[in-house]
Amino acid sequence: MLTVGTLSPAALRARLAGPGLRLRTGRFTTCLRGDIPSLAAGIAQLYPDYPLLGEQDFADFHLQLQRPCNGRRWLRPQVDLLYDGRRVFRPLPLAQALPMFEWGLNWCVSSRAHRYLIVHAAVLERGGRALVMPAPPGSGKSTLTAALAGRGGWRLLSDELTLIDLDSGLVVPNPRPVSLKNQSIDVIRAYLPQAVLSPAVQDTQKGTVAHMRAPADSVARADECALPGWIVFPQYVAGAATSIEALPRATTFMELAGNSFNYSILGANGFHAMARLIEQVRGFRFRYSALDEALDALPRLDDFAA
Amino acid sequence: MKRWTPCPDWMTLLPNLPLLLRALRAPEQLTTLPPAGWDLLLRQAESANLLATLHALLAERGLLDAILPAARAPLAWADVMAQRHRQATYWEIRLIGQVLEGLGLPLLLLKGAAYAAAGLPPAAGRLFSDIDVLVPEQQLPQVEAALMMAGWAGQQHDAYDQRYYREWMHELPPMQHVQRQTLIDVHHTILPRTAAQRPDPRLLRAAARPLAEPAGAAVLAPLDMVLHSATHLFADGEFDKGLRDLWDLHCLLGHFGATEAGFWDELPARARALQLQRFMYYGLRYSVALLGTPVPPATLAALAPDGPALPLRVLMDALFLRALLPHHASCRGRLAPLADFLLYVRGNWLRMPPWRLARHLFHKAFISPKKPRQAVA
Repeated sequence: MLTVGTLSPAALRARLAGPGLRLRTGRFTTCLRGDIPSLAAGIAQLYPDYPLLGEQDFADFHLQLQRPCNGRRWLRPQVDLLYDGRRVFRPLPLAQALPMFEWGLNWCVSSRAHRYLIVHAAVLERGGRALVMPAPPGSGKSTLTAALAGRGGWRLLSDELTLIDLDSGLVVPNPRPVSLKNQSIDVIRAYLPQAVLSPAVQDTQKGTVAHMRAPADSVARADECALPGWIVFPQYVAGAATSIEALPRATTFMELAGNSFNYSILGANGFHAMARLIEQVRGFRFRYSALDEALDALPRLDDFAA
Repeated sequence: MKRWTPCPDWMTLLPNLPLLLRALRAPEQLTTLPPAGWDLLLRQAESANLLATLHALLAERGLLDAILPAARAPLAWADVMAQRHRQATYWEIRLIGQVLEGLGLPLLLLKGAAYAAAGLPPAAGRLFSDIDVLVPEQQLPQVEAALMMAGWAGQQHDAYDQRYYREWMHELPPMQHVQRQTLIDVHHTILPRTAAQRPDPRLLRAAARPLAEPAGAAVLAPLDMVLHSATHLFADGEFDKGLRDLWDLHCLLGHFGATEAGFWDELPARARALQLQRFMYYGLRYSVALLGTPVPPATLAALAPDGPALPLRVLMDALFLRALLPHHASCRGRLAPLADFLLYVRGNWLRMPPWRLARHLFHKAFISPKKPRQAVA
């Protein structure tokens, strides 16, 4: 299988500027176009291990980043994200081209891939069982995910979108770069010196953003699904002691449903998928401030079950 | 089976039908379509709001297992969305029916909601943006008040928009449910009051057919439903989803033509009785040309005098045969934007007399407040 890393920088740029780079992430193929240097550099840095498809292959999503033709082309250059030729979001500053691609691809999956129950949550696997972590922004979810994947012996399945297959009930990997924000960028640089991070982009809607390359092992094993194991609602509280609180099933259900992108679109199938998931897992609220303690505690979740 | 042979001029106008149209006409040919073809086909279908329709068509013909496996996933995703739309539509129909029942009025459904409630072929894979109902004009105030009591509220329209709808249009300003965000269009007839054609809504209501389920609901009679479908499409000025509407018409024609005795013979006379013969002429002409609808030659001949004279017909062909193709980059020729613009002007022209149109466009351009910008990413 060819990978993106086999393309020379010039060949990668030529594909992006020309017919499009067909890139496979988990179950999805994206055709990405865009003649933008920061995008090409970001793809080369974050996606070298991903399968590369040919120009004649089928793609699920067609994304294009392009600079709009307006007066701001030179003064404050911008970038547009087009979904198969249609503008779906407002333009962003040109420097945010790579984050815009990441957000755009998340939007493609979360607004379309309705053969999965899609939860806004990070998910990692250990011993065949998946740890699902839904949390609002600022709760330290991505920092914890990066640490667990980089040092904790967990396999990254996804940093943003947990996909539950409606037929099998298994978690389907969707390995992509981990989105780090603000202080967590420096935290992870210090905690995981070997991690590959894209250049930090400032002043985005989420503050300063950098993406960490997904571990090669998690990209290589993108076909290996995992059995749902634990639902953990993490919360970073500065200076707090690590604490784990088992949650009743009903609470876990409702909080998980509230974090789902397509629970209501799936109708009865969504309810059944969620119910089956809740039957298989145990739910916890998890407070932490020290990553070492968190990495030590999370593999022992079963000891805290109610 | 084929009762119609193509006229030479259509074949020369459209030597290369877009892939989506070929797929809709002959889905069995898709079993040999290569990956790059599927890549293009699904993009054309999504841009035309016909992705779930394509799924439904393939499922109905038992072809889903025979197509490219990678293409099945996006089709299945679209199917989930369409099923959700249909379920929500059924639910909404029930709630609107309860409101009208309180007023002693039947729930006369139009367009997509009617196809779904009556289980007609265009409903397969169709997405719904709003629910359209037809009520007697003299009952509009009571209907509007009762809907408001049940949670539907007029969206924010300024005084000019209110007047535009209430004095000139065939419907109330669209109402949206405050909790479910669903939209309802309450019509009292099917063309603007200011249009040259004045189809009598009493004729439509008198011929309407009650449905067994849900109780109290009704849909237009087959001939009228077909006429409304053609009118809705060809009296309008915007065609970005025109192919979807043409597909509705194609499915209705095929279904009623095969199941309703006398359908083809009675269509021209009913069209004239409702003053909709020109719209029906266009409907048959382009449904046949683009989708290969099997229309008997006698019906086409009977409506032929209702078409435009030759020079105008050449122009209308040039416009409609561009605007009705998927609005996807792969189907848009150099002249497509011009065709869209001219048809937009035509749509407004049909809607009201020139002096009123001029006033309306002036107001919209210079006096009405601007719409809020696109949502933030």
